[in-house]
Amino acid sequence: MARPHSVRHQRGFTFIALMCFFLLYLPMATMVVFAFNAGSTVGQLDGFSLRWFRTALANDQIIEALLRSLTIAPIAAFFATVAATMAALATTRTAPYRGMALKVAFINQPLMVPEIVTAVALLVVFSRVKVWTGYTGLGYIIAAHTAFCIPFAFLPIRARLETMDLSLETAAADLYARPWSVFRRITLPLLWPGILAGFMLAFVVSLDDVVITEFIKSAGQETLPTYMLGQLRRNVTPEMNAISTLFLAVSVIVVSLFFLLSRKKT
Amino acid sequence: MSQAQEIAEEMARRSVRTRWWLSAPALAVVFLFAIAPLAVIVLYSFMAKGDYGDVKYWQFSLDGWFSVFFERGLFDDSIGIAQAHVSILWRSVKLALITTVVTLLIGFPTAYFIAIRPPSQRDFWLFLITIPFWTNLLIRTFAIQEVFRNEGVLNTVLMWSGLIREPLKIMFTDLGIFLGMAYVYLPLMVLPIYASLEKFDFRFAEAASDLYANNRNVLWRIIIPMTRPAIIAGCILVFIPALGAYVTPRLLGGGKNLMLGNLIELQFGQGRNWPLGAALSLTLTGVVMLALLVYVRAASKEGRSHG
Repeated sequence: MARPHSVRHQRGFTFIALMCFFLLYLPMATMVVFAFNAGSTVGQLDGFSLRWFRTALANDQIIEALLRSLTIAPIAAFFATVAATMAALATTRTAPYRGMALKVAFINQPLMVPEIVTAVALLVVFSRVKVWTGYTGLGYIIAAHTAFCIPFAFLPIRARLETMDLSLETAAADLYARPWSVFRRITLPLLWPGILAGFMLAFVVSLDDVVITEFIKSAGQETLPTYMLGQLRRNVTPEMNAISTLFLAVSVIVVSLFFLLSRKKT
Repeated sequence: MSQAQEIAEEMARRSVRTRWWLSAPALAVVFLFAIAPLAVIVLYSFMAKGDYGDVKYWQFSLDGWFSVFFERGLFDDSIGIAQAHVSILWRSVKLALITTVVTLLIGFPTAYFIAIRPPSQRDFWLFLITIPFWTNLLIRTFAIQEVFRNEGVLNTVLMWSGLIREPLKIMFTDLGIFLGMAYVYLPLMVLPIYASLEKFDFRFAEAASDLYANNRNVLWRIIIPMTRPAIIAGCILVFIPALGAYVTPRLLGGGKNLMLGNLIELQFGQGRNWPLGAALSLTLTGVVMLALLVYVRAASKEGRSHG
């Protein structure tokens, strides 16, 4: 039987799409291959080896930057998630009230302004504050990360809340549950997947941030991305391939987890 | 007043208070670390520049804004166009637009391809788009840098095959910046278009086909008009970060091919002209807001005509 005419078929689309996937993965595949390269010249394959991973993990600067990133991200993501959850509870499942749209616009503001602009704005303010207070710790980075992570955490939490109707909470309240126990026993467990998604999103966004951190960090406060940015400007070593490959592996794991979690539900 | 009414009013008052209390932390953090600094930048753009960076406090001056587009002659007071700034502004807009158009031309067919896969296969293809989306932008820029370098994969393959004798110079050119941005921002185009195409009801396409529309007509007159909001959303999602791009042009454009983001950085670094940097930042923010406004207008018009 001849192939039936399909309205879905568009000539050339499959070719473009497959090319697109090929081109999307070619650079990353190259990066991974050279991470396992035994030779020290980037661009020439000399057999398989793990030496660049070993060198990278033996590099104190890298480890220090990594640990700093892993200190900032969970703290910023935690504060952002708590604040976003509270704000989401205040802006969903009610009749629209005066100022609600404004609140949402306010919270989403970091998404609308280009990162470089927020970065220089914070640089200007923090450089003053650093002079005034003498404090040059990680607090600035954590505060800035918390601010731009809030809208990212806010999105999935709000989306989740909007799918939950108030009937269970109303029922609990009718049975004389106090507001706090309604929240803890009903709302929170139902909202939990949204909160988790929001936290993960905020965590990854904080971990990945280059621009804002690069501008506001004090001396000696490299995070892994700013360290890499500095290295990439100078010279490219196979070490960078190794770290990038590890970063890529983390992304693959996180995305796979997301897919598995969302699949189980359906 | 009846007692029931009083209780209802008290409840309403209480819920208003709770709502403000609940949203206070998020609002406070965003205000302190995103909105207030922006207001400071507005102030700074109207102050005189300090001799070693920073500004002279409370000495107002329009020089910052003036030098976004104009410059004074070195020896006299003649006023000329600031060629360097205008060309960087133009390059930023041009590269962001080209990036948007090219990612759309590649992204739409890709999203379409994923959307017409059988449902069991869709997750796999979507997964392939999501991976780069979630991978650090810096790393993706680094990956594409590996391909473009003079002794990178592309040139090695082309020279080995005998197609070229001299390596193609892509790094540190506008072409390199554009290719890099198209590469890193492509997933931002594919995902919203896919989300819309996935919900597209192909019975519309079949109806058109029954009325003797060929597949290209179906695409242009049915599918594209019906997914227009998502197409616009994708374009906005690519255009905005591309216009303010900082990392990609810094790594792929080198020191000479600056974009607006790099020009802004320069004013706060070696340039030591904070008011100009502030004015440039606000110019960029203004263009982005304009783009968002266009999007909101287009989306709400769409909502009216279909709703």
